[in-house]
Amino acid sequence: MTQLVAVEERQLSVVARFVAWIGRMFLAVIIPLIAFMVIYTGFIFLRDSAAPRWLMALVAIVWGVGGVTLLYWVFNGIVERLPGQWTQRLQPFVFVGPAIAILFWYLAFPVARTFWLSLFGRDGPPQGASLIGALQSNAFVGFNNYVSLFTERLLQEAIRNNLMWIVFGSTLSVVMGLLVAVLSDRSRFERVSKSLIFLPMAISFVGASVIWNFIYEVRPIESPQIGVLNAIMVPLFGTTHAWDKWIQIVPWNNLFLILIVIWLQTGYSMVLFSAALKGIPEEILEAARVDGANEIQSFFRIMIPYILGTIITVWTTIIIFTLKIFDVVWVMTGGQFGTHVIATQFYRQSFTARNSGVGSAIAIVLLIAVIPVMVYNLRQFRRQEAF
Amino acid sequence: MKQQKWTGVLLVNGALLLLVIVWSIPTLGLFISSFRERTDIQSSGWWNIFPHRQWEMVSTYDPKQLGLDPNSVMSVEGVQGTFEQLREGIQSPDGKTRVTWIGNKRLGKVEVQKQVWTVTWDFTLDNYNEVISARNVTITKADGSVETIPGQNMQQAFLNSLGVAIPSTIIPIMIAAFAAYAFAWMNFPGRRILFIMIVGLLVVPLQIALVPILRDYSRLGLNGTFLAVWLAHTGFGLALATYLLFNYISTLPRETLESAFIDGASPFVVFTRLVLPLSVPALASFAIFQFLWVWNDYLVALVFLGVDPSYKVVTQRLADLTGTFGNDWQLLTAGAFLTMLLPLLVFFSLQRFFVRGLLAGSVKG
Repeated sequence: MTQLVAVEERQLSVVARFVAWIGRMFLAVIIPLIAFMVIYTGFIFLRDSAAPRWLMALVAIVWGVGGVTLLYWVFNGIVERLPGQWTQRLQPFVFVGPAIAILFWYLAFPVARTFWLSLFGRDGPPQGASLIGALQSNAFVGFNNYVSLFTERLLQEAIRNNLMWIVFGSTLSVVMGLLVAVLSDRSRFERVSKSLIFLPMAISFVGASVIWNFIYEVRPIESPQIGVLNAIMVPLFGTTHAWDKWIQIVPWNNLFLILIVIWLQTGYSMVLFSAALKGIPEEILEAARVDGANEIQSFFRIMIPYILGTIITVWTTIIIFTLKIFDVVWVMTGGQFGTHVIATQFYRQSFTARNSGVGSAIAIVLLIAVIPVMVYNLRQFRRQEAF
Repeated sequence: MKQQKWTGVLLVNGALLLLVIVWSIPTLGLFISSFRERTDIQSSGWWNIFPHRQWEMVSTYDPKQLGLDPNSVMSVEGVQGTFEQLREGIQSPDGKTRVTWIGNKRLGKVEVQKQVWTVTWDFTLDNYNEVISARNVTITKADGSVETIPGQNMQQAFLNSLGVAIPSTIIPIMIAAFAAYAFAWMNFPGRRILFIMIVGLLVVPLQIALVPILRDYSRLGLNGTFLAVWLAHTGFGLALATYLLFNYISTLPRETLESAFIDGASPFVVFTRLVLPLSVPALASFAIFQFLWVWNDYLVALVFLGVDPSYKVVTQRLADLTGTFGNDWQLLTAGAFLTMLLPLLVFFSLQRFFVRGLLAGSVKG
């Protein structure tokens, strides 16, 4: 049935095709727009009312969610009442249009807009200037923002730290996840132990920062320690070895922050590895055992190659994740003591220093860093030929 | 052979137990500490709730009555030492008792202490009261004195977080489900290229969008409103949601859907009556994922909700607390656990769905 529509499309007259496209674009833009207006009006109304907070929150939820549902329903109703052909031509866009429009507004266009901003000084292009006018204005600095990113210490430190995050953070998350997955696979306590290792995944970075700050808490050596780390360190080494002193040891203080994310992310890699390990056919492992392979051999020669695809996926996911790491650093140190990363520098430049030119340039650097992964994803997608 | 197997089992479970303990201690410590008296948190580690050996006073003496001179070497209760040594405490040769000088040279006293097994079990809900309450709270201190301090009003932040997280979870799922259905079961021009765009956008870091979107918002007067955050989370979560739901919806049995079409059902009816109910597992997986993500989000709230304290979400309030009350561990521990409460509940009750969502390939931009 769907095939028919496609054939029919080609036989349409130019005018009809034009009208169809106008209609599709219209639907894609108008639905989110009306949804936005409806929610917006309600929102302003709510904001100005004096109702108790919980009631406002409740109404806002119903309003927002209900408004969006209603809109799909109304537009689908309109399109279904059109002549049969037109329904078929336009209906998919009632369904897919809003998603596409929102993605364009929130992700696709901003890439171009951020790049554009990155070519200008701290306040962006002059207000109301045309494209050419903006390029001719004094605010246009070309690639100077990028040059200053890489010549000043600003981003060099952040890139060094991000590399540390990638090298230590993602690697250890993967290794620990693999270790837990393999161990729990052979244990009777698989469910419990996996649950407990997985639990930190539910905790926010801000919450995790508080938790670990408490662990790193350091007290004068003669008084009792209240942080776990120093409670262990003092009796063993007779000295407090934590945060307070380590904070000065650039760049190794980053490891204290990285530890937090390893703690959070190991659960993620564990879950994926665990599922992948269960997918290894028992016969292969059995055959290896019969041939006299010991556990370690079968781990490195069979399991690792078998789940290599998963390892790569998990690794890249965590690398992307650590590349964008922000909350932990921002809450723990605010980027002081040489712990800035790309995302904290981005925040500082864009919102604290209000230098949109440099901030945008940093965002573009971040985007360029993930492009290899994007290309890999697209290749995988093409290969799957799901379409 | 059997011996070897046993050591293997022991090794595996031992290593696993060690890892589980290491992984659980941070959260456990926070949880326990949040119920301890504020003075206890500051003066002793939370592990003191477990039985431990501690010196306890058996008897005291007035040094003057014993005729001790603090400026020379003294001999008390079978131990000998200077004032400084006694201040530190001197153990008797058999290690059973300790003699300690408490206080200064002139007015101090000498204590004979014995080591006993003990637990510190003074638990309280005061910390939570102080963090949650919007009004002043009175705290009774260990010495019986009463202090009135303003509550941190985390209850408001909690409601704000709910108000932000629920629509930010439902709206993108709904929009994504419609789109995923269209991609999977409808044919339209541009279908392939649009889906490729979605796959490409999966890993785009959201930092790229913050400055332009903030500019749009300030033009629309949206900054600092929940609506701004809902839309932002919708925009940033939509690519992943559409991708995941497409993966699921496209594998629904073809016969079921086709027979519905042949019976004359419209795509909308098929979607609401057939596809949505059949996709509940995928919808639930993503919903949990998105909910946890929004609830735990700090950056988006920081940028779009701004500085108005009455609109801040829990992560913002907690981050503020760490900034302003960095050493008030009674506030921080209770506050942190409060922010974790709902995610942990969701996590424990719906872990199965959460894991399934992760396995479906969750890479978030």
